Amino acid sequence: MATVTTISDVVCPYCGCLCDDIEVIVEEGKIVGTRNACILGKRRFLDSQDPTRIKKPMIRVDGGLKEVSLEEAVQKAAEVLVKAERPLLYGWSMTECGAHQAGVALAEELGGIIDNTTSVCHGPSVLALQEVGISTCTLGEVKNRANLIVYWGCNPLQAHPRHLSRYTVYPSGFFREQGRRDRTLIVVDVRKTDTAKLADHFVQVEPGGDYELVSALRLAVNGQKVKSEKVAGVPREEIEQIAGLMWSCQFGALFFGLGVTMSDGKNRNIDNVLSLVRDLNAHTKFVIFAMRGHYNVGGFDEVLSWETGFPFAVDFGRGFPRYNPGETTSNDLLMRGEVDAALIVASDPTAHFPRKAVEHLAQIPIITIEPFHSLTSELASVVIPPAIAGIETSGTAYRMDHVPIRLREVVEPPAGCLPDRQIVQMILERVRALKRKGEE
Amino acid sequence: MEFTLITGRTIAQGIAREVRKTEADFVKAAAVCELDPQDLAKLGVAEGTPVRVSSEHGSVVVYVAASTQAPHLGIAFMPVGPWANQVISPDTDGTGTPSYKCVKCKVDPAAGEKIYDAVALISKALKAK
Repeated sequence: MATVTTISDVVCPYCGCLCDDIEVIVEEGKIVGTRNACILGKRRFLDSQDPTRIKKPMIRVDGGLKEVSLEEAVQKAAEVLVKAERPLLYGWSMTECGAHQAGVALAEELGGIIDNTTSVCHGPSVLALQEVGISTCTLGEVKNRANLIVYWGCNPLQAHPRHLSRYTVYPSGFFREQGRRDRTLIVVDVRKTDTAKLADHFVQVEPGGDYELVSALRLAVNGQKVKSEKVAGVPREEIEQIAGLMWSCQFGALFFGLGVTMSDGKNRNIDNVLSLVRDLNAHTKFVIFAMRGHYNVGGFDEVLSWETGFPFAVDFGRGFPRYNPGETTSNDLLMRGEVDAALIVASDPTAHFPRKAVEHLAQIPIITIEPFHSLTSELASVVIPPAIAGIETSGTAYRMDHVPIRLREVVEPPAGCLPDRQIVQMILERVRALKRKGEE
Repeated sequence: MEFTLITGRTIAQGIAREVRKTEADFVKAAAVCELDPQDLAKLGVAEGTPVRVSSEHGSVVVYVAASTQAPHLGIAFMPVGPWANQVISPDTDGTGTPSYKCVKCKVDPAAGEKIYDAVALISKALKAK
């Protein structure tokens, strides 16, 4: 009979919730099911064994990809990177912190630019919190204390499906024994999303109106009169009611998503939301979080910060780390046609960057370290398949509240597939060897 | 008809994003433009038929769908992915982040026009260059 084992307390390597209560059912070295995971997490575990998985390194020869040994692929990758004047090392958000550390060392050795998906995601949020600061705590504290939850410009039911049930609205907490009944939920969005349908108060803001609405709320919270009858499509009475709920709660938690970060005003919207929370702390306890998407996007920001002093978009081109969003960020570099080679790890910029940036990506040699065929691997010169972090190799990842959590290994990777950190380390060693040879 | 385009994550896009980006599942999940049912009626097209979404940054043909996240009159929603990326604004306003939301666009019926899969779409965009 086949041996079936259930591995408990597994951490889900999908979204920024990093749910750590997953049970993975393994039969003869294969994942056959999960318990407690949402549909996204469940697919992440099951699809890791999809038959379309890349199992052998490949390099492009005469337009097609040809299987080669890992050593050959690493050699080719190192040659491409050493030859480049402005190599970009991008991605990183779907792998563990050990790979990030190796990536920073490689970027420094190459004098290249290292950047992650924060750059095209919550980058403006990071700029804002560097200016304003952030009042925050762990998600465990939210679960145990918060009696007012605000989701603004995010739809966790589609993007972070267990966020409400594990951390915010539904769970019973130390001071909130009755769970949902002890909490009020406010949702601010331009659409009546699935999350909004669960809200006690849904505030429908006009697209691009977040800055105005936050400003009106700040007026009301600070005891000033809102003079306009409507602000960003929201009636004055509703603004005053929401401000009253925020003011009078015992412990409030505001979660904002890309609806605020990417709309007109970008980092200035977040400046204002962070400032609203700061204002509220003059009266009550209020905390704020960005709804981080990829499971370890926050981890990269942490690693890069402690290695270089900056959270993303770091340029080593002048021999020291330099950070200037708008200049050293990946999309801007690609739009200017400045990058002449790219190493893409655990990400697919071809699927997620604007058309013009992709047009430049297609012109330059690309190396991908990625377990599946992606739109970027379609353009790549070198493709190296790794072991998947959090499923086939352990490592550390940071939850959206900056709590580091140890990922577990539940099954063996396909033969010959090494962790991302080892592959990056091998490329680094080859780069050093090639540079030494060049100097001789 | 004129709309404000916003893009975002959906469950279907979230499932297809990891493994099946080069396959048909991704087309179903992300080559979609969701309109408020009232706007869809005004546009006069049936759900599941092709529409052309165009902005000053480009244009793309996708399936139209009645939104399950309505009401949102005047807003067109597309899941994040290569189809939306043909029309969103690449301007980062000095922040590094393109404008994936709040982009003025037009949505027009495009009966008979082809909806490309992700690989064909990228190749087509690159060839057009």
